[in-house]
Amino acid sequence: MSGAPNFLPPYWEAQAARPRFSMGSKVRVRSGAPLGHVRTPWYIRGKVGVVERIAGHFADPQELAYRRDGLPKQPLYRVRFALEDLWSGEAGYDRRDTLDVELYESWLEPFWDYGGDFEAQAKRLEAEGGGHAA
Amino acid sequence: MPHDGHDHGPLSPSGHPYRPDQDAPLTHSQILEIAVRELLIEKGVATAEEIQAQIERMDARSPALGARVVARAWSDPEFKALLLADGSEACRQFGVEVEAMKLLVVENTDEVHNLIVCTLCSCYPRNLLGLPPDWYKQRAYRTRAVREPRTVLAEFGVALAPEVSVRVHDSTADMRYLVLPRRPDGTEGWTEERLAALVTRDSMIGVGVARTLEAAG
Repeated sequence: MSGAPNFLPPYWEAQAARPRFSMGSKVRVRSGAPLGHVRTPWYIRGKVGVVERIAGHFADPQELAYRRDGLPKQPLYRVRFALEDLWSGEAGYDRRDTLDVELYESWLEPFWDYGGDFEAQAKRLEAEGGGHAA
Repeated sequence: MPHDGHDHGPLSPSGHPYRPDQDAPLTHSQILEIAVRELLIEKGVATAEEIQAQIERMDARSPALGARVVARAWSDPEFKALLLADGSEACRQFGVEVEAMKLLVVENTDEVHNLIVCTLCSCYPRNLLGLPPDWYKQRAYRTRAVREPRTVLAEFGVALAPEVSVRVHDSTADMRYLVLPRRPDGTEGWTEERLAALVTRDSMIGVGVARTLEAAG
């Protein structure tokens, strides 16, 4: 990587700088486990939250940790999760209690809401005789 | 010294046993710090005086600075609006540099209680609050604050009404967080200096609330 040019053609530079998500977007945190310096806590990987705000653009710490320049800068988001969704299976959470986490764009993917989780949907279809469960 | 044919053993001249030294062997990080510091001096990168001066600069920062910012926000609605919209800029205007990090100020109200944690390490607004307390860096706080914040708050003596919702902020990247605590009742017309005395470190992390008038005396 160190030999690669640290610039992008203008079009890509602009694309990289443009935040992919906006306030209120539903996003899912990637559930990958890459090696190296990572600033995405384990406990939110794979979880779904809502973009609370775009916090700005920052050099990528996953690159900075290895003395690379971390460019182009990445959009940094604050994503809000319901505690109940994070610690699923644990009763007693107030639905309004939340957790905000700062996440870089490369860790987020759009979440398309199909009106509930797939398992529930599959069961419903089965009950309706849709036969799509298999 | 033995005399009269008997031995006082490990007793001090006052007649009490000597307390054992509490020196433990240096940890890996302590050895590393000494080695790097000595190398920096040896190679002429920094002088011992410069390193000492930097330590003193860090030690000089204390929660009193954050308390002054909070007291200003309680007294000046315009400053408060700016502080909540752009914490770094508000602090700059107040005369405190927050450096490269962006300061995000979150307000505690009758409906919302904010709590700050850094689960990955110990990110903390040092320029405003000084060095973080030991418990802030410990695993128990870092793991529990995001999982059972209400229980953690209760242990810190903060009893939240059930209608108050909790907002935990995990400081994982380039933001630094300061909680703007709720202004205690009965402090109308107070000077900023008097108000600042009510603002505790813990109230700015969110594990406490500002001192009440009774507590302040």
